[in-house]
Amino acid sequence: MLVVTSGEKQRPRCGTGRGYDDDKGYLAGARAAVPFALATAVLGVSFGVLARSLGWGIAAPVAFSLITFSGSAQFAVTAVFGTGGGALAAVATAVLLNARFLAMGIAIAPSLKGGRLRRAVEGQAVVDASWALASRGNGRFDREHLIGATIPQYAAWVVGTAMGVLAGDVVGDVKRLGLDAIFPAFFLALPVEELRSGGRRAAVALLAAALALVLVPFTPPGVPVIAACVTALLGLGNPGRPQ
Amino acid sequence: MISLWATILAVALANAAIKAAGPILVGDRDLSPKANAVTALLASSLLAALVVTETLGGEGRFAFDAKGVGLAVAAPALLLRAPVLVVVALAAVATAVTRAYFG
Repeated sequence: MLVVTSGEKQRPRCGTGRGYDDDKGYLAGARAAVPFALATAVLGVSFGVLARSLGWGIAAPVAFSLITFSGSAQFAVTAVFGTGGGALAAVATAVLLNARFLAMGIAIAPSLKGGRLRRAVEGQAVVDASWALASRGNGRFDREHLIGATIPQYAAWVVGTAMGVLAGDVVGDVKRLGLDAIFPAFFLALPVEELRSGGRRAAVALLAAALALVLVPFTPPGVPVIAACVTALLGLGNPGRPQ
Repeated sequence: MISLWATILAVALANAAIKAAGPILVGDRDLSPKANAVTALLASSLLAALVVTETLGGEGRFAFDAKGVGLAVAAPALLLRAPVLVVVALAAVATAVTRAYFG
């Protein structure tokens, strides 16, 4: 049986400029991200409500969402402050939670465009759902899909935060609506795909899940995911083997 | 209040720096075949771990709740090749219904 190992050589590169295909890529990403943008908006409202209840005022929560756009880090800061922790503990927790973006940034870097500075800026578009939506397998990512997917989620996060701060709990509780299950259910899609294909990739996905499961009760938030990233090093065992 | 704003700025800068680090390190080079073999496995291992931490809550302990039911519905649906949107909706509905009944 003939197996095509990599589409890289056959991939059409239609010039370097922004063309029709690029626009279609951004739009496809934005469209794919609509359900996540809706969930993100509701999460943003709950962040705004929570921050207001902690006495953060109006400007601080909205500014936080504008310049950070990270649900995990921002909720972590409210949790640390809400339980009487200090600024240093809050920053440390946020950094640990977002350390995964280092690995995700390395993985996606070759798929971005331009020099180091431009790639660093484009890398800001990496959030969990967009990174997963843009993944094309074998370590390749669709840059336009990533950026297109992040824009509506970012807008939803900022607008949601502002609504939560200004208007209170207007759209209902994230948990009551079951919206907090949307992201993990979506993240399950790729590992399940690997499970179906079997082989080493299935083993690595299972190992990563098991490692995270074992570490959750004993380590600070963020550590289980970083530790699970290490299982990808098993790819070194037999590089280039297409499976 | 000053400590809040300082924290917000510090988290924003740290977050941007973490996201910038990978692209700055790698630049416009392609990854070596070895490094690519690792990043090719990264997506599924990282997402598998996120499923675990986001389902069980990451506050240094297990917090099994209705979300687990949502994921238990999502997994077989994915195995049966249901469209991802359908799976995500099923998970949300199963979670919401479970919470409504067992609160």
